[in-house]
Amino acid sequence: MADKTMVKGNEAMAEAAIRAGCRLYFGYPITPQSEFTEYMAKRLPEVGGSFLQSESEVSAVNMVYGAACTGRRVLTSTSGPGFSLMQEGMSYIAGAELPSVFVNVVRGGPGLGDIQPAQSDYFQATKGGGHGDYHAVVLAPGTIQEAVELVHDAFDIADKYRTPVIILADGMLGQMMEPVVFGEFRNLESLSDHLSWSLTGAKNREPHKVTSFNIDPYELEKMNMRYQEKYKKIIANEILYETSNMEDADFALVGFGTMGRILGSVIRRAREEGIKVGLFRPVTLWPFPYDALREAVADKKFVLDVEMSTGQMIEDVRLAVGDSLPVHFYGRTGGVVPNPDEVLRVLKERIEEVK
Amino acid sequence: MPTVKTFKPPKSLSGKEFTYCPGCQHGIVHRLIAEIIDELGIQERTIMVAPVGCSVFAYEFFDVDGTVAAHGRAPAVATGMKRSLKDSVVFTYQGDGDLAAIGTAEIVHAANRGEKITAIFINNAIYGMTGGQMAPTTLLGMKTSTSPYGRAAENDGYPIHVCELLKETGGVAYLERTTVNTPQEIRKTKKALKKAFTAQLEGLGFSLVEVLSTCPTNWGMSPVEATEWLEENMKKEYKVGLFVDKVGDEK
Amino acid sequence: MREHVLVASGFGGQGIMLLGQILATAAMVDNKFSTWLPSYGPEMRGGTANCTVVISDEHIGSPVTDSPREAIVMNIPSLLKFEERIQPGGLLVINSSVVDREPERKDIEIVKVDANKIAERLGNIRAANMVILGAYLAKTGAVSEQSVEKALKMKFGGKKDSIVDLNMKALRAGAEAIKN
Repeated sequence: MADKTMVKGNEAMAEAAIRAGCRLYFGYPITPQSEFTEYMAKRLPEVGGSFLQSESEVSAVNMVYGAACTGRRVLTSTSGPGFSLMQEGMSYIAGAELPSVFVNVVRGGPGLGDIQPAQSDYFQATKGGGHGDYHAVVLAPGTIQEAVELVHDAFDIADKYRTPVIILADGMLGQMMEPVVFGEFRNLESLSDHLSWSLTGAKNREPHKVTSFNIDPYELEKMNMRYQEKYKKIIANEILYETSNMEDADFALVGFGTMGRILGSVIRRAREEGIKVGLFRPVTLWPFPYDALREAVADKKFVLDVEMSTGQMIEDVRLAVGDSLPVHFYGRTGGVVPNPDEVLRVLKERIEEVK
Repeated sequence: MPTVKTFKPPKSLSGKEFTYCPGCQHGIVHRLIAEIIDELGIQERTIMVAPVGCSVFAYEFFDVDGTVAAHGRAPAVATGMKRSLKDSVVFTYQGDGDLAAIGTAEIVHAANRGEKITAIFINNAIYGMTGGQMAPTTLLGMKTSTSPYGRAAENDGYPIHVCELLKETGGVAYLERTTVNTPQEIRKTKKALKKAFTAQLEGLGFSLVEVLSTCPTNWGMSPVEATEWLEENMKKEYKVGLFVDKVGDEK
Repeated sequence: MREHVLVASGFGGQGIMLLGQILATAAMVDNKFSTWLPSYGPEMRGGTANCTVVISDEHIGSPVTDSPREAIVMNIPSLLKFEERIQPGGLLVINSSVVDREPERKDIEIVKVDANKIAERLGNIRAANMVILGAYLAKTGAVSEQSVEKALKMKFGGKKDSIVDLNMKALRAGAEAIKN
């Protein structure tokens, strides 16, 4: 087995990006993700990469756009307020079909909010924070090990579909440390070169034009339908989720990312008390695992969705489950992280109602 | 022997028909840029970043790789390209709203970093594509659809002087303000453009050429009246001339 | 399943974060699961800082807790904040060089260590965090002494061995201090 390293989430994701073949980083410091930017500043020159601290997140996302135009792996990282500033560029990147990876280490909002962990950027990430008919793939890691692996996946998905991919983390995952086994360094030669469309100078070929622009509505509609075809393929091929203790469970907990892992503790304690409860944890938030969730909870008495927000993923959970069984919600917001005891208490209250 | 010279379009223009109004000077500047790309032999490694504005289609008019940036963000997009492909030649083409209003942060910081890109800045003192609204470079007293009583300093502030601002940033290698109203001025602009691209090719830093231009349509004048108005009014506000030259004379 | 859930808390500069990282890393060396979660933000800049360490034989769900089984407090604000949250039957380790106040709980085990004085005697007051970690480990056996040494070497890799030696001396002195 490869060596384990004790490492901070932000730094682990940054190292994973480098191992995945990312040699270009543009970003702006913001708590609680700044260690990501700092790590890249130190590490990228060591591997022949290019690091630039931009003047704003608005510029950072457009530098990502420019770098992605050249067909090379590029990443930026930020937190809520910075991610809001990036939404304009995100929309252009989706429209121009540029492979790129974004890490949002979410903090409490709205506005300046605070710097504690939150999941209240779910809508922004999954429903498209920018304008137009587009989606970004959204991956939600629950542990640092999973975050490292999803960073590799994120670049592969971005390249395969020419799409932006978001890693939706949170302040806890960014700031905490746990043992991690890093993946191998990707051979840069093995990466997709994107030479059929990228902007590298029109040598011995016709010039390439990469834009999100078409003034003719019929043509723009065609472009949009092409994006939708791509999204269908992503939905068919890329959905990820994890279930645990579901087979004999009477009740189902649903949570993603950090909340998903905390629910693991709730389930352990509940089962010690004889309560049969299981967990469904979506890993791709877009595409959302509607069918898998519906099937997983079909024979349960109820679903309890727990989030570090006032209830955002709950809308997708309800879409998946429909009216077939009750869907309850529990959330804390503003940077407050629900602890296992309080979730267990809420779970027991809901069970009492059923009795 | 009599020689016959055929007037040919530069290779680096795609041949696509321009979408500009009669009397608009975008076409002149496009042609000059294409001639310079040809003369420097850099067509195969040039990438252009078009803006949002009348020249939003510029990426179609040049026979080089190209994209359109979000409004004002061209210098950031160009930065990303150049940092990725250090041997490429990257230029932005931006109007006054794009470069001097919404994109002020991007142009100032690209210049200050000495980003090895070239920006062509078309200053016609008005928003063209959206239909004649006030620009940051609109002259005091000038009437536009959003300054219907004339631009007033107490409400709208003053015409912004981009070259004067940028000349103080450390990363600028070449900076000049020109016009294309007369054949002599066109030749001068071409020289400036050549130096600006040379600054990039020699890795000296950031370069920008500001071209004072007419917008007969939105100024509500004939093309000839527009050139006269530019001479009499714009040149008073915006002094043409060289601000920074780290390139030196042609060898 | 054996699980340790510790909150360590003190002034910024007392080495609380490092204490937690060394403990979590030592657990990794012991092939256990572990997490280290810092309090972060303005409170890191000079005020009271704390971190939560979870060590387990199984996958760790929650890296955060409102009711730790164990607490290390290096100053009075930390005592006031965390004493009441410790689970009944839990453990409270106090740096008595700084905390000149008696805890009130009767349903938890309380251990006091004169950590600053012991560290000063060893030649560097900054090793007080390792003195108190030594006392904690003597009580809980959460990780082995050898693993702490390996964790210190990982952390200070490349620097002088004397740093590791001093910290190990402090760790042992802490363990010794609570035997008497």
